[in-house]
Amino acid sequence: MGGGRGRQEITAYRQTHMLATLIIVFREVIEAALIVAIVLGASRGIAGRGRWISAGIGLGLAGAALVAVFADIINGSFSGNGQALLNAGILLAAVGMLAWHNIWMSSHGRELATQVKKVGHDVQAGSKPLTALMVITLVAVMREGSEVVLFLWAIATGGAGQAGMLAGGLIGLVAGALLGLLLYRGLLKIPLKHFFSVTGWLVLLIASGLAAQAAAFLNQAGILPALGNGLWDSSRLLDQGSLLGQMLHVLVGYTARPSGIQLLFYGVTLATIFGLMRWVGRRHHHAHVRAS
Amino acid sequence: MYRIAPLLSAALLGFVAFSAGADQAPIEIDIRAQAFVPAEIKVPAGVKVELHVVNSDDLPAEFESYDLSREIVVPAHGQVKVFIGPLDPGRYRFFNDFHQESEGWVVVAGDKK
Repeated sequence: MGGGRGRQEITAYRQTHMLATLIIVFREVIEAALIVAIVLGASRGIAGRGRWISAGIGLGLAGAALVAVFADIINGSFSGNGQALLNAGILLAAVGMLAWHNIWMSSHGRELATQVKKVGHDVQAGSKPLTALMVITLVAVMREGSEVVLFLWAIATGGAGQAGMLAGGLIGLVAGALLGLLLYRGLLKIPLKHFFSVTGWLVLLIASGLAAQAAAFLNQAGILPALGNGLWDSSRLLDQGSLLGQMLHVLVGYTARPSGIQLLFYGVTLATIFGLMRWVGRRHHHAHVRAS
Repeated sequence: MYRIAPLLSAALLGFVAFSAGADQAPIEIDIRAQAFVPAEIKVPAGVKVELHVVNSDDLPAEFESYDLSREIVVPAHGQVKVFIGPLDPGRYRFFNDFHQESEGWVVVAGDKK
């Protein structure tokens, strides 16, 4: 019944610029690209990280395709809350992995920095959290990627005349990846002495922000209470939809109108990871002093 | 009289909403020809409300709101459910992240805090 109208819709949609597609894809890609860039920076000097992070990207893309293909089934599961629960689950997995990485770094970061300086090449570290790096990359790529796949697939199967939109999507993809590369190159400019403390803070803030996002998804599914909606509204100061607002959303968890449960998750995650980092770091330090 | 009528009805609505709790009937929002129908939904203050977002288009959509921290993909000819609230009086914008010009509002009547 809606066939004729549907085709008209798509034709009308195509007539809006390929720029629209470019921007939509770009916005999704930068979220993943920024996280991958920081994970790459934070694991600097660890041998084999490139392979593991590449594997994470590959598996993430495969996961994204799966999520896109099974979107309807996922939506229908858990009495219609499947998508929100899946998102919350993979976000919390990423939070756990980022925490693991940072806690590991708090006892190995200093040696890593000195060794990178001394030998000038990557270091074989013992119980290194390489799987953590892979899982974080996988999750970041899968989450944003599934939206891109779903969106681009709909365009690609829409019939003839969609070349412009697909091109727009491709340019958006490349532009987003370039922004991630720029951030990575920028990170590398930080002197080694401060490098791992900067990436450590970035990873800590990203993890807290992702935990807050997970809280929002659990609240969206009706599982957690909001504990107050819109505790403040800073959207006039910094619109969350702007490029800067969106980048800060990924990097530090910026939310213009946060709910109580988001703040709670943010604060608890931040305090827990920070506390564990300090504790492990101090224990490691004492062990070294005693040994020498 | 005219001035207190809205106040009275708001109070009555608030009371009804409170006693109904989260069991309020779901509100349906349709995505049709890249637009939200209705583009404005009225929701009582202080209640949890279930939204059913139905996509009648051949293109996937993403129901998203920065004001409500909501984000969910709605496949072509699919539907999803989203809980919102309890909300304070005010206007909360939502939009289609795959088609940014499509927007709508959740309107919660009453005095702003």
